[in-house]
Parts: sequence; C-alpha cells; structure tokens
Amino acid sequence: MTDLSKITIAGARDAMRAGELTSVELTQSYLDAIDAADTLNAFSTKTPEKALAQAAAADVRIQVGDAPDMCGIPLGVKDLFCTEDIQTQAGSHILDGFKPKYESTITSQLWDAGSVMLGKLNMDEFAMGSSNETSYYGPVTSPWRREGSDKALTPGGSSGGSAAAVSADLCLGATGTDTGGSIRQPAAFTGIVGVKPTYGRCSRWGVVAFASSLDQAGPMVKTVRDSAIMLEAMSGHDAKDSTSADLAVPNFEAALTGDIRGKKIGIPKEYRVDGMPAEIEALWHEGAEKLRAAGAEIVDISLPHTKYALPAYYVIAPAEASSNLSRYDGVKYGHRAKISAGEGIDDMYSRTRAEGFGSEVQRRVMIGAYVLSAGFYDAYYIRAQKVRTLIKQDFEKVFADGIDQILTPATPSAAFGLGEMKNADPIKMYLNDVFTVTVNLAGLPGVSVPAGIDHQGLPLGLQLIGQPWGEADMLNTAYALEQASGFDAKPVKWW
Amino acid sequence: MSIDKETARKVAHLARIEVAEEALEPLAAALSNILDFMEQLNEVDIEGVEPMTSVTPMDLKKRADVVSDGGYADRILANAPDTREGFFAVPKVVE
Repeated sequence: MTDLSKITIAGARDAMRAGELTSVELTQSYLDAIDAADTLNAFSTKTPEKALAQAAAADVRIQVGDAPDMCGIPLGVKDLFCTEDIQTQAGSHILDGFKPKYESTITSQLWDAGSVMLGKLNMDEFAMGSSNETSYYGPVTSPWRREGSDKALTPGGSSGGSAAAVSADLCLGATGTDTGGSIRQPAAFTGIVGVKPTYGRCSRWGVVAFASSLDQAGPMVKTVRDSAIMLEAMSGHDAKDSTSADLAVPNFEAALTGDIRGKKIGIPKEYRVDGMPAEIEALWHEGAEKLRAAGAEIVDISLPHTKYALPAYYVIAPAEASSNLSRYDGVKYGHRAKISAGEGIDDMYSRTRAEGFGSEVQRRVMIGAYVLSAGFYDAYYIRAQKVRTLIKQDFEKVFADGIDQILTPATPSAAFGLGEMKNADPIKMYLNDVFTVTVNLAGLPGVSVPAGIDHQGLPLGLQLIGQPWGEADMLNTAYALEQASGFDAKPVKWW
Repeated sequence: MSIDKETARKVAHLARIEVAEEALEPLAAALSNILDFMEQLNEVDIEGVEPMTSVTPMDLKKRADVVSDGGYADRILANAPDTREGFFAVPKVVE
C-alpha cells in the first residue's frame, strides 16, 4: 500500500520504472481515496473504469521500456477540459450532461504519454470566481482547516477542485487553467505548486473558453519538480490553436539545478498594497532573503501601472467572455429552456441563458456586452487594451534592465471560509487576483510556490514571475525557493 | 458612470439574458458599481499608446485553404437538445 501523502510524480515514475510499484496499484489507491473524500466535492465526475484500463496499458508500456515521464501517473482533470464522451460541464448548469465528441489537445497529449485519468474536477462556473462557490455543482471544501476550527474553508478558485484534490492526495497532479490567477491562487491556498505558463505555451484547443487572450492551462502538483515534468507533457505547438507558439519545448526538469547564483530577482514596490497582512509582508521579505542567501541579487523595481491591472482585467475578461459565451444558446448542446405558445427563438435564447448561467456569469456577460456596445467601446474596451499595453511595457522595461524573475506574494490573504464573502461586494472578491492578474495581462509565466504557514495554520504562497518563454529558468528559481523554504505541511485528515 | 434601469434592460437584451422587471433596478446598481471600479482607468495617460492586439509577438500561421476535417454530422448533433433529419431544430423563426 503506497503512502499517498508522500509520493510525488517523480517518485512514482522512478518506482514504477524500477518495478517497485505498478500504475494499477497506484491508481486503485487513488480511486479508493477519492471515494472516501466525497465530502470535499472535488470530483464532479469519476472515471474509475477508464483509469484502470489506462493504468493497465501504462504498466505494459513501462515493462517494455516505452514509458515517457508521465506514464502511469494518475491525474485529475479540471472540468473545463473537453474529454471525449465524458461529462464536461465547466461548473455550469448550461452544460448539464454535455459529453464532448472530442478530446482537448492537452488531455490528448497526457493520455498519449500514458497518464491515467481519475475523473473531472469541480470548478467555479466557466472559471469565473476565486472561491469555487460559483459552481452550479456546489462549492469544493478545502482539505485545510484553521487550527482548532472545523469551519469549512475555500480551496480558492477557479481551479478549486484541482487544488483540493492534489492537496488531499486524491491525485498526483491535476490540470488547471488560469485567466487571472485561477491556478496560482488556489495553489497558494492549499499549499501546492501551480504554474501558469507563457501565453501560447500550451494549446487552448478543446478547453472551454473564458477570455481567450488571457486563458492558459497549466499543472497543479505537489512539488516544483513535478510541475516541470507535467508542464513539459502539456506544452507544445498545436495547429488547432492559432495562438499556440511553434517553439521547441525545453526539458524543464533538467533545468532544476537549484543554482541561482547571480540571478537578479526584482521586488516590485507597487505590490505592497494597502491593508496587506503583516504575515504576508514578512513571508515575502523572508522569501527574498532566502533567494539572496542562495546567491541571487535582490533588486527593488517599479511596475508603475500595477494599480490599473484589475480594472483593465475586469473590462477585457468580461468583454471576451461575453463573446465566447454567446455560443450557449440552447441549440447546439446543453440546457434549453421551455417556451410557451406565442413565444419565439429570442425568448428561447434569453430564458435558456437566464436559467443556465449563474449570477456571477450573468453579471460578467452583461458587463462585457456593455463595454463592447456602440458608444462605449472606445471609452472602456479600447482604453483598457491601451492600459494593457502599458502594463506589458512595465515588465519589458525591468526585464530589459536585466531582471531574471520577479518575486511577489501569491495572494493578499490565506484561504477564507466558505460563505464568508457571500454578501461582500463582487469587487472585494476580485481583489484576490491583485498579485496574479498582471501576469495574464502581460502573457508571462508565473508560478505559485508554498512558502509558509500563517498564524491560523493555513498555507501561504509566493509567486515568481518569469520572462516570456522563461519557464525553465523561472522553475529553477522556484526550485531554489522550495528547497530553502522546506515547506512540508499537509492538511490534517478529517474527511 | 451610472447605469439606469432602461440601460440595464438594454444590456440584458444585448446579452440575451432574461431579467425580470423587478430585478432590473438591482442589476443597474450592480453594474454601476463595477463600472465605477473601472473608472480608475481614466487616470491613466494613454496618449499615443497602441491598444494591445496580441500579447505575444507572433505572426499567425497560414495554411492551405483545404477541407481537413468533417463528415460526421451525427457527432456534431449528438449533444443537441433537439434535432430533425440531420439538422439542429429551433423554434419557428419564419412565419
């Protein structure tokens, strides 16, 4: 019996190749763990038969020596990825019962590499949310609890099911997607590693679209080494996504030397936001000191347009969402509302979308329709795209000055309780993305690394931002930070 | 910038989302609140700045204009709520 709390992708790969473990054994252990964790609501669909068939095939490949690194590794898949003949609902009522007739490029690549699909993971509806509470299928509960409390906490969002499943040892790794922080924020809330790659590194084909110029998929795993292994398997050019980059994919794992001597790490003063808890400030400072002790040079930098990233994001993302989500019309797939005699197709569209979309999705689709409408397009949308240019130029300037990576907090707080933000202004929830959203606007890679525990016993993360296509170097710095932090906390099992 | 009830009605129509009459006022207030947050963008000097069109500098690839996929209408229709004779079916649109 494998101790699932200890095993990593790298460890499982090595053990399977050495004949000490089979994928079928490992997969069965995870299937049992998943069945015992229904209370977390992390999995929206379980696929045990597919998992065991893939595991058996993987074991054959490992035996004959034809095994890529991800062969036999049991994974969870965020429900935003289309999986052939398997329910794909994106957390929305409007996609109830949708079974795509095709497989996303990223999941195809993972299955071709021999990985094992355990099931689909719950998420905020259409990836719009920071707490998993916008899912039509109910919120995910974090495996973490505050010390001495049994209050249910959020695993973050929108990739909350992915974060909870990895953190609770229900899978070795999970796919996530990140439009404004949806991989990095839940990773930070649950003490795991989450990577948002450079825009164009991973194909978006077959991933349900939210905001196409910002969306990127990435791995959510337990260690930086595992993130390097899984990211490599997810990356690469795809002719079916015109924005995917035709660049060679580096061997990310080989880049993990831990040697960061002479690297220049920028500390942006604008990320010292009002009301930031002292613990986050201290964690950030300690992280910088650890990198300095490992031989990096710590440099104060300025990214002057940081303050405008969130308002620009909340123009651009809803505008793109409004356009992307126009496909949900009750005709091609999913839910269709009933109409009465005398009503027409417009009534069918409007009622289908009113019944099928939750309130946050409706709000964003309508904001998007407004900022794109005649008379307001220049004032909101074009202005936001100009501010986006300025935000990207801020980063270009510091990288041109020789900065290798930028260190910031991953989130402005530790995980909050489910329901605690229920009556809050939506903008308060949007502030969760304050440190992560600039990275999406500028198309850069970012990684959240667990770095400490707060006074309540909850994990906190730090974010490293890399240069475009600089994932290998960024992950090496993340590796050095991980080694120096020695983070090994796990949630105490209560489920 | 604040949105009134009539603008909220128009936005809901543009978005093709049915909103009950009594929900229009609260919707107008919610949308106004978000637009107020966006007003911060007016502080930025954008004189001479190009709006972003592509976040990574790359040329879109060209390909031959040929049919490379298709011929499986049944699979396309498999998830539709209503189909007739190999087509998507919708409520009557022409009198």
